[in-house]
Amino acid sequence: MSILVYTESEQGKFKKHALEAASYAYAVAQQLGTTVTAISFNNEENDVLGTYGVSKVLQVSDDNLKTFNAKAYAQAVSQAASKEDARVIVLSSSTDSKYMAGLLAGMLKASYAPNVVAAPESTDPLVVKRTAFSNKGFALTKLEADTSIIGVSNNAFGLKENPTDATVEAFTPELKDGAFGVKSVEVDKVVGKATIADAEIVVSAGRGMKGPENWGMIEELADVLGAATACSKPVSDLGWRPHGEHVGQTGKPVASNLYIAIGISGAIQHLAGVSASKTKVVINNDPEAPFFKAADYGIVGDAFEVVPKLIEKLKEFKAQNA
Amino acid sequence: MKILVCISNVPDTTSKINFTEGDTKFDTSGIQFVINPNDEFGLTRAMWFKEKQGATVHVASVGEASTEPTIRKALAIGADEAIRVDATPTDGFFVARQLADIVKKGEYDLVIAGRESIDYNGGMVPGIMAALLDMNFVNTCINLEVDGNNATAIREIDGGKEKVSTSLPLIIGGQKGLVEESDLRIPNMRGIMMARQKKLNVVDPVDATAATEEVRFEKPAPKGEVKLVDADNVGELVELLHNEAKVI
Ligand SMILES: Cc1cc2nc3c(=O)[nH]c(=O)nc-3n(C[C@H](O)[C@H](O)[C@H](O)COP(=O)(O)OP(=O)(O)OC[C@H]3O[C@@H](n4cnc5c(N)ncnc54)[C@H](O)[C@@H]3O)c2cc1C
Repeated sequence: MSILVYTESEQGKFKKHALEAASYAYAVAQQLGTTVTAISFNNEENDVLGTYGVSKVLQVSDDNLKTFNAKAYAQAVSQAASKEDARVIVLSSSTDSKYMAGLLAGMLKASYAPNVVAAPESTDPLVVKRTAFSNKGFALTKLEADTSIIGVSNNAFGLKENPTDATVEAFTPELKDGAFGVKSVEVDKVVGKATIADAEIVVSAGRGMKGPENWGMIEELADVLGAATACSKPVSDLGWRPHGEHVGQTGKPVASNLYIAIGISGAIQHLAGVSASKTKVVINNDPEAPFFKAADYGIVGDAFEVVPKLIEKLKEFKAQNA
Repeated sequence: MKILVCISNVPDTTSKINFTEGDTKFDTSGIQFVINPNDEFGLTRAMWFKEKQGATVHVASVGEASTEPTIRKALAIGADEAIRVDATPTDGFFVARQLADIVKKGEYDLVIAGRESIDYNGGMVPGIMAALLDMNFVNTCINLEVDGNNATAIREIDGGKEKVSTSLPLIIGGQKGLVEESDLRIPNMRGIMMARQKKLNVVDPVDATAATEEVRFEKPAPKGEVKLVDADNVGELVELLHNEAKVI
C-alpha cells in the first residue's frame, strides 16, 4: 500500500497547495512506513513532485480531462487508489479539490476529514486535527473507514522538501457513463492575479471605505504587495465589489500569511472566516472596533490618510529591497 | 419539478463556541439554532422555482426532535412539506446516507443542499449523496436555472466562475449568489400560522454507520495583545511586518 495524493495543476503547472498536499502525504507515509504516489492530470513537471517526497507519479494524459471535471476526476482518483491499494488519500482545500472529495468519499465509502491543519496525531487509529465551527474551534477527528481522505488546509502544514526520485507511469482511467454529466461551458477567471485561495497576502476592505469609488487605493495597496483583494459581506451585498471577494463565515475562507483589514469592524462572522491567517493587521478609525482584539498589528486612524502613506512606505521598502 | 432542500440545524453565526464533557461535546447551552445560511440561500432559490415554475418544495433534515423549530421556519418561509429523519446526525457520511434514501424514495428531480454546514464544516453531504445516487452534482453553486430537464449553473471557482450545463436529476451544493442577501425572507405571521398546518413527517433512520468520529475538541489559543503603531509613523508597520512577522 502507499499514500495517494491528488496533485492539482493549473495551465500545466502544479498549484502550490498541491505541493503542500504532497508534503503532507510524505509526512503520513513516514509515519506509516510507506511511500507516496501522486496522480496528476495533463502535467509533465513530474520532477517537481519528487522534490516534495513523491516516489511514483501516475500521469493521466487525456484531452477530455484538460478542464477539471469533478466526477471524471473522482473516478480516476478512485481507480488509482484501488490500483495502488491506497488506504489514505490526500488532497488540498482548493474549491475543486473540495468539490471532488465528497464524490470520492461516496464512491469509496471512505472517511473524509476536510480542513486538516497538522500531521496525524496518531495513525492507529488515524486521528487528525482540523478546524471546525468556522475556525472558532478545532476537532480531533478519527477516520474509521477502510479508506481515509484527508483534505489539507491551505497554508497550515507548509511546503516541505524531501527530494525523492520519482518514477513516472502512464495511467489511463476507465471513465464510466455519466462521468461528463456536468459539462463546462465557459470559465471566467482572472489570470495573472493572486486569488484569495492562493495568495500569500490578502488586502481586504469594508464599509469604512464609504463607496466603491474609493477602492483605487485598496487595489494599489494590493498591487504593491502582490496581494489578492477581498471585502466584508455588506460591501459585496451593496454591490460595491463582486461576490467572489466576500470573505468570512458565509464567504470565502482566508488562510494567508498576511491579512490586512481596512475599515472592517471585525464582526464575529467576519473574524471566523479570516482568523486562520497567520498575521493580521487592522486599520480602523475606531479604537473600540472588535478587530483590534483579533489582530497582531493595528493602526488607529483614518484609512483615507493611512493607506496612501502605507503604499508610499511599501514602495520605498520594495525599492530598497529589490 | 420536485425539489428537496436539505436543511442543517446550526448555531447562529454570532454564537460563542464552547465544549463540554471533557472537551468531547459541543456545548449547546444558551445556543440559538438557525437554518444553515448556505441552505437558506438554497431554500430561497427553491421558493423562486415554486412561484415561477410551479415546483413542489420539500425540506428534509436529519436530527432529533429539538431541530423542529428550524424545520418549521423552513415551512414558514414557504416549503410545502417537511421530513425529519429521527436520528443524531453523527457525521457527514451518516447524514448523506439518510438523505440519499429520502431522495430515492421521493423521486426528487432537484436536490439543493448547502456547500457546507457552518458547524462541523464537513462540506461533504451533497457530494457523497451524488455518488451514492449517481446523480449529477454541482458544488459551490451561485446560480441555477432549470428548463425542462436541462439545467445551467454557475459555480464559484478559485479566482472566478465556471458556467456548466447539466441535466436533472441534479444535486447542488449552494451558497450566497443562488439568491441575493436581500432576497432572503423573514417568515411573516401568515407563513408561521400556515406552517403549523403543514405536514412534518418523522421517519426512522436507515441502517448506516458513521465513517468518522470527533474524539476531542480544542479552542484556538488565546490571542496576544495587538501591537499598535501610530498613524503618523506608518513606516514602523512596514518594519514590523518585515523584521518581526517576516511576512513581507
Ligand atoms: C448570518 C450572517 C452571516 C454573516 N457572514 C459574514 C461574512 O461571512 N463575512 C463578513 O464580513 N460579514 C458577515 N456578516 C456580517 C457581519 O455581521 C458584519 O455586519 C460585517 O462583517 C460588517 O462589515 P464591515 O466591517 O465592512 O462594516 P461595519 O461593521 O459597518 O464596519 C465598518 C468599520 O469601518 C470603520 N471605519 C469607518 N470609516 C473609516 C475610516 N475613514 N477609516 C478607517 N476605518 C473606518 C468603522 O469604525 C467600522 O469599524 C454576517 C452576518 C450574518 C447575520
